[in-house]
Amino acid sequence: MSLAEAEKELGVEAEAFVGRWTDVRQRLLRNPSAVVGLVLIALFVLVGVFAPLLAPYDPRDGDLSIIRPGLYPGPSADHLLGVDQLGRDVLSRIIYGARSSLVIGLVALGFGAAVGLALGALAGAFGGWVDGALMRLVDMMLAIPGLLIAIGVAAAIGRSLTAVMIAIGVVNVPVFARLLRGSMLAQRESDYVLAARALGVKRGRIVLGHIVPNSIAPVIVAATLALATAIIDAAGLAFLGLGSADPGVPEWGRMLAETQSLLQNAPHAAIFPGLAIVVSCLGFYLLGEGLREAIDPKFRR
Amino acid sequence: MLKFTVRRLIQLVPILIGLSILVFVWIRALPGDPIQALLGERATPEAVARARQLYGFDRPLWQQYLSYLHSVVQFDFGQSVVSRRLVTTEIRERFPATIELTGAAMIFAVGLGIPLGFAAAKRYQGLVDQLSVAGSLLGVAVPVFFLGLILKYIFAVKLHWLPTVGRSDATSTAPHPTGFYVLDALITNDRVALVDALRHLVLPAIALGTIPLAIIARITRAAVLDVVNEDYVRTARAKGMSPAVVDRRHVLKNAMLPVITIIGLQTGLLLSGAILTETVFSWGGMGAWLYQAISFRDYPVLQAGILFLAVVFVVVNLLVDVTYALLDPRIRVR
Repeated sequence: MSLAEAEKELGVEAEAFVGRWTDVRQRLLRNPSAVVGLVLIALFVLVGVFAPLLAPYDPRDGDLSIIRPGLYPGPSADHLLGVDQLGRDVLSRIIYGARSSLVIGLVALGFGAAVGLALGALAGAFGGWVDGALMRLVDMMLAIPGLLIAIGVAAAIGRSLTAVMIAIGVVNVPVFARLLRGSMLAQRESDYVLAARALGVKRGRIVLGHIVPNSIAPVIVAATLALATAIIDAAGLAFLGLGSADPGVPEWGRMLAETQSLLQNAPHAAIFPGLAIVVSCLGFYLLGEGLREAIDPKFRR
Repeated sequence: MLKFTVRRLIQLVPILIGLSILVFVWIRALPGDPIQALLGERATPEAVARARQLYGFDRPLWQQYLSYLHSVVQFDFGQSVVSRRLVTTEIRERFPATIELTGAAMIFAVGLGIPLGFAAAKRYQGLVDQLSVAGSLLGVAVPVFFLGLILKYIFAVKLHWLPTVGRSDATSTAPHPTGFYVLDALITNDRVALVDALRHLVLPAIALGTIPLAIIARITRAAVLDVVNEDYVRTARAKGMSPAVVDRRHVLKNAMLPVITIIGLQTGLLLSGAILTETVFSWGGMGAWLYQAISFRDYPVLQAGILFLAVVFVVVNLLVDVTYALLDPRIRVR
């Protein structure tokens, strides 16, 4: 009896035997909140990438003729989201701010994940004293609240966007190291690794070809959620004055910091950048949660 | 139980030593010469050399670390570059403000989060449940400083219900023996000061407590959903125990374990969130102090503040672990 005949005999649909990632994708697309998250992220990425085409004004150029002290025009036909304290178009600054957030988020995540995963993989693959030493280091870093680490690192490097990226990346290192190690340790004891070892597959190949691919799912979920955190942390650092040294660079956190004293006269200048942060973070959270549920059946509820 | 506590305390030692090494290395990595920063730019080379010797910067690194450790253990963090006052004095003045704020935020988060999560789980997939799931997602996506600004705009700037900044009214002359304004007002039995302190506390506490609230509500919901299907809950129901007693004695008690862990982890979020919240509300605590230190490159303050907050975080997590072991005997033997 062939497999197809067996399936027919048992009444099992052929579609039931799909690959893992196809299954994940299907589950994801059936989850409305994950789809909303995807749409928000797509919007955020597109706005960031095509900022120069979308922004109606230069984000750095202010029109000082339209503002008076204590009078900063709100939304109008000329300036859809109003202007800030220097007469700059808020919408254009938010659009370019998306670009800053996107770059900071991706670079910080890439840096943190690369270092963290390398450490985690080393610890998970070797075990023993390598594992012990690396995990104590990770414990130490996790013992300090993330924003404090970021403040420390950013203050040490000096005010620049690079500093913000490195600072947030460093915060992510222990998270990813711990995650991949835990995931790999669980896989290491599994039957298929035992089988591969019995077949005489080399250690490096078992780690890279079997253990890592099977341990990566929770890492993808964490990466999505880490992007949301990165955007919030970057805004927080900019809010505290640890962003770029160039005051013209549009950053959402900085826009909030600069306009918080103008709440009475120009609430729009603070509220819209804040909403931009919320919406983009929400996108990553929704997708992250959706991915978690799609990948791990334990969370399906 | 005592053995467990002692073991946890001993585990604390390497973490604290590691922390001190990290902070020490970090000070070395800071841009600029600390001596130069201390003496100002117009210091003569001789003065710099003298100060270098005085502060021990000419000695080997490990000796410098040991003397650093020595001074830290004695709570000697040097002087603030900006105020020229002892860092320890400033910490003593400001720490109560931060504790008051984070404590109030935690009370808000726990006091509302646990009942909310419980109610959501009891009416699984009902309206309360769906609202709380959506709310908890939104809650984590809103940065604490933005929420603070929004609250300030609505309740202070627009409605004039609550004050915008500070810990007490500018004209207040109430004495502050402990530095905890609410406690001070209670001790001195000063009703006016109490109302004043509480009115100033409400908005910052809500802003700071909202993210932990969202997370605590979510974890409570998940934990209760886990527990309600356990055999012992069914047994308790089957033997005719009243639903309220089952909820209290069996469901809630067992569901609290993961919630307590999360509460411990949230203190880290609260401490770093406090830096941002205090900045928004000009709250005179550790956070606003660190913010100033960042703007003025006040490194003695920065390093002391970061080290201090990290130690507080580590100690709080130790307390959480001990509480956990008290509630769950299985942890103690591990």
